[in-house]
Amino acid sequence: MKKLHISTTVNGDPAEFVCTPDESLLDALRNRLGLTGAKEGCGTGDCGACSVTVNGRLVCSCLVLAAEVEGAEIATIEGMADQDKLHPLQRAFIDHAALQCGVCTPGILVAAKSLLAKNPEPTDEEVRYWLAGNLCRCTGYDKIIRAVQSAAAEMRGA
Amino acid sequence: MAFDEYQKREFKQVGTRPNRPDGVDKVTGRAMYGADMTLPGMLVGRILRSPHAHAKIKSIDASAALALKGVKAVVTGADFARPEDDFLRDVQENCMARGKALYDGHAVAAVAAIDAATAKAALKLIKVDYEILPHVTDVDAAMKAGAPIVQDGRTLENVPAGMSGNVTSHSEFGHGDPAAGFAKADKVVERSFKTAATHQGYIEPHAAVASVTTDGKGELWCCTQGHFFVRTLCAGMLGMEASQLRVTPSEIGGGFGGKTTVFIEPVALMLSKKAGRPVKVVMTRDEVFRATGPTVSTSIDVKIGMTKDGRITAGEAYLRYSGGAFPCGTIDMGGQAAFAAYDLEHVRTYGWNVLTNRPKEAAYRAPGAPQAIYAVESVVDELCLALKLDPLDVRLKNAAKKGTKSSYGPTFPDIGLVATLEAAHKHPHYTAPLGPNQARGLSCGFWFNFGGNTCVSLNVNTDGTVGITEGNPDIGGSRASVSLMAAEELGIPYEQIRTIVADTNSLGYNDVTDGSRVTFAVGLATIKAARDAVRKMCQRAAKIWDIDEEAVEWKDGAAVPAGPNAGKFPPMTLAEIAADSFATGGPIAGHHEVNVDGAGVSFGVHLVDVEVDKDTGATKVLRYTIFQDAGKAVHPDYVEGQMQGGAVQGIGWALNEEYIYGKDGRLQNAGFLDYRIPVASDLPPIETVILEIPNPGHPYGVRGVGETPIVPPLAAISNAVSRAIGTRMCELPMSPPRILKAIGTTA
Amino acid sequence: MRYLAAQSVAEAAKALAAEAGVTRILSGGTDVLVQLKAGMVEPDLIVDVKKLPGMREIRAEAGGFRVGAAVAGAELGEHKAFCAAWPGVAEGFQLIGSTQVQGRATMAGNLCNASPAADSVPALVAGGVVARIAGPDGERDLAVVDIPAGPGRTNLKKGEFITSFLFPARAKGASDAYLRFIPRTEMDIAVSSAAVNLTIGADGKVSAAEVALGAVAPTVVRVPEAAKAIIGTKLDDAALAAMAKACEAACNPIDDKRGTIAFRTHTAGVLACRAAHIAYERAGGKA
Repeated sequence: MKKLHISTTVNGDPAEFVCTPDESLLDALRNRLGLTGAKEGCGTGDCGACSVTVNGRLVCSCLVLAAEVEGAEIATIEGMADQDKLHPLQRAFIDHAALQCGVCTPGILVAAKSLLAKNPEPTDEEVRYWLAGNLCRCTGYDKIIRAVQSAAAEMRGA
Repeated sequence: MAFDEYQKREFKQVGTRPNRPDGVDKVTGRAMYGADMTLPGMLVGRILRSPHAHAKIKSIDASAALALKGVKAVVTGADFARPEDDFLRDVQENCMARGKALYDGHAVAAVAAIDAATAKAALKLIKVDYEILPHVTDVDAAMKAGAPIVQDGRTLENVPAGMSGNVTSHSEFGHGDPAAGFAKADKVVERSFKTAATHQGYIEPHAAVASVTTDGKGELWCCTQGHFFVRTLCAGMLGMEASQLRVTPSEIGGGFGGKTTVFIEPVALMLSKKAGRPVKVVMTRDEVFRATGPTVSTSIDVKIGMTKDGRITAGEAYLRYSGGAFPCGTIDMGGQAAFAAYDLEHVRTYGWNVLTNRPKEAAYRAPGAPQAIYAVESVVDELCLALKLDPLDVRLKNAAKKGTKSSYGPTFPDIGLVATLEAAHKHPHYTAPLGPNQARGLSCGFWFNFGGNTCVSLNVNTDGTVGITEGNPDIGGSRASVSLMAAEELGIPYEQIRTIVADTNSLGYNDVTDGSRVTFAVGLATIKAARDAVRKMCQRAAKIWDIDEEAVEWKDGAAVPAGPNAGKFPPMTLAEIAADSFATGGPIAGHHEVNVDGAGVSFGVHLVDVEVDKDTGATKVLRYTIFQDAGKAVHPDYVEGQMQGGAVQGIGWALNEEYIYGKDGRLQNAGFLDYRIPVASDLPPIETVILEIPNPGHPYGVRGVGETPIVPPLAAISNAVSRAIGTRMCELPMSPPRILKAIGTTA
Repeated sequence: MRYLAAQSVAEAAKALAAEAGVTRILSGGTDVLVQLKAGMVEPDLIVDVKKLPGMREIRAEAGGFRVGAAVAGAELGEHKAFCAAWPGVAEGFQLIGSTQVQGRATMAGNLCNASPAADSVPALVAGGVVARIAGPDGERDLAVVDIPAGPGRTNLKKGEFITSFLFPARAKGASDAYLRFIPRTEMDIAVSSAAVNLTIGADGKVSAAEVALGAVAPTVVRVPEAAKAIIGTKLDDAALAAMAKACEAACNPIDDKRGTIAFRTHTAGVLACRAAHIAYERAGGKA
């Protein structure tokens, strides 16, 4: 398969890679760019562990072709902290013990950030429905919901 | 051994909730999981799997695959020597079929190639000539005369003559005379149950990177719950010496028992050995469902007798478990756990393991117990309804307690069942009002908990900080709890300790992270390694002060002179002793190696409210509260996390999760779309109440907490649903079509 | 496999028509990538149509809306006027997959994937929505109900693809609703589903209605008898019972891992009645 050359922006920095036409964005991020924070839990859009944003829109990177992101702006978990300063959601997840094995955590954080950008004061039910596509098998979600709400409150300045 | 035993004390750090040491790596995407490892020159390994439930492999022709440009190695069962040991042989034949494919998804060949596309193309070029054989996937069908025989000659001597050749083992537990007990009952209920096989559903698929060199040395990185066991298994299969195979565990993206064995690891090693290059094998989700280790599927009959005032007079259970295509000992744990919550004069369980054309069972959180206890707790609930008795009162009346001869033999020491039942009784949840179509269910849960082989090193650094090396992959926050226990014992801040999980060359053997053993056993070894270091630090202080060693004791993180003749010296802190260590005899370290006994059993009680939509059969979980004895909650956040996570797995099991096989014997739902684990919007908050009834077998009173919480949800929800619809549900999962059928809405 | 990000409708249609091998159109990609991953399809050519002019626009037309074929669920859900006029269409579309899938999934993809359980289709059928189709021979319009031919098959010809949907002008007192049954609260494929689109007259009675069911036949089915059962009523018990009966009679489902024939048939009627209630209240009706 003839490879394609793609120029894109990842976490604010220019990024270029070559990929096959059938390669997923997830594979390109992990195997071409060395950004292994997004995880493959299923490869079929059912678990959310590979969540990233493309042009500000939350997506499963396993359901995006790498070839599609020419000229796009991609944000991944690796760009969530501001250099050495963790994002409030990242801090809240640690403080509230909202992770155990941690493999779903990058996807959940990316998804939760996207929620709070759209809805700074969600109800618990809204958080639960927004995150329904992010499977977590360790926590039963309870502490995740609390952590998201705590970060939301902090971000609202409450 | 008095030192091992529980001593009441005031804790300064144990019981607090500091941040976990792996937190930042995990929230920034830096933590390295199985699939995140890469090596220079690494090849991609892929596995070819049987599409048939049962088939003779007449031949495998890999010549076309090997001829494909970029293909570096092909491995089949013929590449492995046949181990003499039955257990090892079964594990190996599960990793790579030999002669017969025993289930849909069974590995038959593997390739290593320069990239994923080439490996995928190569798999298509491998020609396997199958002779399809009749198959059986249902446990009851497999026990019938004339059922297809999955594997010949695997029946143990204790199986009564005349049973199907698929029955591999039989076990019995209990005491007394159930017939005499039933005769004293006012009401006897007998019911048959079925439970579907479920999967641990960890989000991280299995992944391994192997590198074997021509001098016989091997390196293996993989996500596992027990790298020492991985080494034992892989070294055995590849004919390697343990010293030459180093296994390093990655961060693990969930295990729940499912990563306590090997599937792809020996295959990756063999591919690397043949190709002469490192090889990475990562399972797809489809492979995880088809070819790793789900639970047993079961068929269970339970008979219980009760008097009008709620005393259980006898209990009996007949348990038929299928652990898939290989012999499986989980039935024994089911038989032992079934009636563990009850103090009974007459109790007996009979168990059979049955072969079916399904993947080989692996452990899943309290293996064997949820199914057996579901059946027992369902019948107890039915008796409570029939006799108009309060279900908590009945459990309290019959609860096992200190001195009870358990249904599986041992007499219980201090246990927490009564305390959890009483806490549930007092909790506002138990008496909260219910609306229409709503009902409340409850169930007890139990797990044995294990100890096992453990080896810990504790190094005192010259700046007064401490490094701990342990050998159990951290699946639930154990690095935090191990650090906390060391901090408590040494009297230094938690933040000054760093605990790592080391490779197989760095420590003596550590049993797998299973049996809820890590906080208990590694904690115990850590405490004793800390005491070893403390003893050495006291010696150093004695040397500096020029007094007897016996005249020094450890208090609040410092050596202090003790006794009438010790003299007066200011306390010498750990940091001060450490700073001087090069001058007083060299580096200071503590070690402890032990095969730990005394893991205290764990009990829990779950309360759940559900609402059933009688027009669609949908069940909504409205409220959920867990009461569990933790012995001592070292890091309460992670104890709660275990309780919540286990309960939600149980909720999934009760309502939706199941392995669905088609008539062709193929798994119909090998993905997260149709293997439906709970999503965030399915659930209410999961409230937790931790009880602390100290385990006499641990210095801090710790009990394992990880497994018990998956046990009660099955019956608690089934009891709630049965009460809501007025009909006893006897099959899991209680999927909406089954509920509508039970109600009688649909035929 | 080749990937083509087409710049014009003509280029896309020409490339699709000229390719002798297997082709796939990439709209949201949420089905195509799953099929690629599973090895269910190995296309020779994938044509990405998202960047074509108008494909991601929602604009007013003929008193209604024209919605570009590559508008994602999340985008449609943010269009307040559309959601107010067609709440049933919006909710059906937005029930597909997760938040992440909503960032990508399109109605055209959902329709052309041709699953009988497609969540966005029943409300499109009940709404009388018409798809505009581009192809090597130019454009044509085809009612949504006529597009699926059976599971995984459509009536589109080689080289054809959907560019937009026309939602007709709404009468006063018109609204719609969509409900599906899934075992969980999210992330599942519909086991059965129902869309009801209706209009209420000045007397508070249903004056016009359309009912469509999903996942109970090889394609989404219109059920005119079910609509007839509620026209002229205020959704009294007898009307709803007749509606449920008509829905059950229209079902021709399969037994599979997601549900049984009996379960699908029964719940289709239940959902249609519940959806009718919701649509009726949305239209301003008081039961």
